[in-house]
Amino acid sequence: MMKTSKGIFLLILLMISNTLFAQDAAMADGMRSEGKIYVVVGIILIILLGLFFYLTMLDRKVKKLENLLNEKQVKTKS
Amino acid sequence: MKNWLKIVAVVLLIYVHTAGLLLDVPRLNILNETIRALYFHVPMWFGMVLLFLISVYHAIRYLRNPSIETDRKSVEYANIGLLFGILGIVTGMLWANYAWGTPWHGDPKQNGAAITLLVYLAYFVLRGSIENSEQRARLSAVYNIFAFAAMVPLIFIIPRLTSSMHPGSGGNPGFNMYDLDSSMRPVFYPAVIGWFLVGLWIVSIRVKVKELEEKILDLHDENK
Repeated sequence: MMKTSKGIFLLILLMISNTLFAQDAAMADGMRSEGKIYVVVGIILIILLGLFFYLTMLDRKVKKLENLLNEKQVKTKS
Repeated sequence: MKNWLKIVAVVLLIYVHTAGLLLDVPRLNILNETIRALYFHVPMWFGMVLLFLISVYHAIRYLRNPSIETDRKSVEYANIGLLFGILGIVTGMLWANYAWGTPWHGDPKQNGAAITLLVYLAYFVLRGSIENSEQRARLSAVYNIFAFAAMVPLIFIIPRLTSSMHPGSGGNPGFNMYDLDSSMRPVFYPAVIGWFLVGLWIVSIRVKVKELEEKILDLHDENK
């Protein structure tokens, strides 16, 4: 008795899951369209932006060092 | 370097890397989608030539009126120019592997570009081999002029005298209707400007670092 009820329950679950999978659910397909080229664009832009961020940070670091050196020079001269 | 120029560079290159991959390009056999490599491979060479041009300008300025500043600029422009050239030749080899069948086709422009890179590498070998800083600056400035003079025929003249698969070779001028479809220009030119500006940006950082280095060394001398 228990086995058959379990079997039926399983069957019902399977059917439900089947219908769920069969549904044409709305997904964010923008990134998946056109051979997934947008993913490539995204990856390239991340690398590019990362590089620019790094360059900006480097720029700031050098500027800070310049200021530090100028301060020290003023101190040693005075 | 002015900050707004850096912003221009960033905006241009974000546009180039988006539009360069998404906009329509001419449909050609063999090339297929690799035609888009033009947006990324060719600006490296444009950047290299422009940076070498600025380098030789500073070399001539040095010879007319020697100063540490012009020597430093001359070196750093040549340095980043060489970086662009190496990136150009490596991307060109990858492209050639799929468009021409082999990474090294022996194409006159490819060979000329390789010789140019070697000539400029020798510039740094020359600089590294001279201890005296004034002598180093003077000799390398003279060599810089020769290197630039060698680059012009190697890249711009000899490839046009012979036939080649490389666009812009074999008699036709660099930019005609066969080489660059006008639909590609709106992405190609911003790419050239954008990468050139990034080159200038890196040079400006390197020049500042060198200036700092010299200032620190001076400070050390004063303390003694």
